[in-house]
Amino acid sequence: MSNFAKTFSSSLGKKLVMALTGIFLCTFLIVHLVGNLQLFKDDAGQAFNAYAYFMTHFTPIKVVSYLLYASIIVHALYALMITAGNKKARPVAYAMQAGNQNSAWTSRNMGILGTILLIFIVVHMGDFWWKYHNAELPYAKYEISLDNPNDIQVSEVPYDANRLVHSEVVDIQAGKKIVISKDLYKVVQNAFQTWWYVALYVIAMAALAFHLIHGFKSAFQTIGWNNNRYLPLVRFISVWIFGLLVPIAFAAMPVYFFLFK
Amino acid sequence: MSGNMNLTLKVWRQKNAESQGKFVTYKAEQVSPDMSFLEMLDVVNEGLIKKGEDPIHFDHDCREGICGACSLHINGRPHGPKHGITTCQLHMRSFNDNEIVVIEPWRASAFPVIRDLAVDRTSFDRIQAAGGFISVNTGGVPDANSIPIPKVVADEAFNSATCIGCGACVAACKNASAMLFVSAKVSQMALLPQGQPERYRRVQAMVAQMDAEGFGSCTNTGACEAECPKEISITNIARMNRDYFNATLIKNEE
Repeated sequence: MSNFAKTFSSSLGKKLVMALTGIFLCTFLIVHLVGNLQLFKDDAGQAFNAYAYFMTHFTPIKVVSYLLYASIIVHALYALMITAGNKKARPVAYAMQAGNQNSAWTSRNMGILGTILLIFIVVHMGDFWWKYHNAELPYAKYEISLDNPNDIQVSEVPYDANRLVHSEVVDIQAGKKIVISKDLYKVVQNAFQTWWYVALYVIAMAALAFHLIHGFKSAFQTIGWNNNRYLPLVRFISVWIFGLLVPIAFAAMPVYFFLFK
Repeated sequence: MSGNMNLTLKVWRQKNAESQGKFVTYKAEQVSPDMSFLEMLDVVNEGLIKKGEDPIHFDHDCREGICGACSLHINGRPHGPKHGITTCQLHMRSFNDNEIVVIEPWRASAFPVIRDLAVDRTSFDRIQAAGGFISVNTGGVPDANSIPIPKVVADEAFNSATCIGCGACVAACKNASAMLFVSAKVSQMALLPQGQPERYRRVQAMVAQMDAEGFGSCTNTGACEAECPKEISITNIARMNRDYFNATLIKNEE
């Protein structure tokens, strides 16, 4: 076995893989959140659909997206491997173990939280990623006044295999910009009309919060970055950014659509 | 004497590593609150011996919290309910009259049960032997203070060196991970000048032995540091990880 392979099959190496993929997934969440904030724009989804097109067709982002899919799979597989090893390390369980007196609940339940998140990711990608890439979705045609960009007329265009996913034409004589794009916004809008689907999203985001309150700072400990100077900052980001801000902002999207759209 | 307590003990009894163990209930009567937990077990054992029964086997030695021989998982926690002490330093006043006390051995595949509550912790010795030492030539005593070491560094190394190798970290960890023990043994030398020549070889050898013994992985729950009788910090684990990744992924040596 090469030195490299030996390192990554050791208990510490496996944890390093978990930490690095975990931090990468955390940075993705920030990008995903910032992009999805366009859902709150009151433009019938024009900005969101343009963003969806950009994210799926801009080459550097496509490269990163494959790295992202790989990270999710590796993170889950290594978690399984590590958990199997941990179970083997204690074949006879304690009759009584007072874990709540010496450790945080989140830290002891990363596997359960992670499983909820993995199920969520599969459902979430099936409903949006898969549909956007493969389903015969109708298009939205936006007629935007050149004089006033807030004046948008929207109409539906049926699916056409020959049509581009996204096109923009400026008609100077009519004084409008015409944007036609595959309507992912509509898919989002329809999905979040069902109460239990919205509930699933809110529960998943609660799981995300608890997963990351422990996970983010834990990754730094595993890598060996625990200098006293910036440990408080890591803890702050762990709790306030990844434990509260990010999950709440994500959960607000389905709730907003359910209540107002 | 007034103020004495009566307790119900549920003790794990197991003949040897191969046999199936089970809980057996014993009464501990007229227990003085000033007894240590081990003295209480001594009294129970005297009663068992008088009745011609097999006494409860448990590890103990110095009975003053410095040797690391005593163990016991008491009511779900290594060394019982108090913080920063070993079982021999645990007094019966920490329990209530008529309380049910569950006593189990350390549970880990790397700590097989020898008998009842005594477990085989030689896996720790093998990890130590794999690299937890410094190689020096014997000879005259070197001059004191010939190698300057800053006070904070000396203190930190000393804190790591206070590990008594009792195995409470493994017992407390939900994954039966030995990382707090190994990291303390790595750190006590990695921090000092005398430990530098073998620093990176040492961490690799000790981690390899730790994995070979079948201990679990660290999930940073912090249970080990909360239960450690010597209050050793998980900062040591981060230092060990740093040294290990440095050694295996960055340094250009074996």
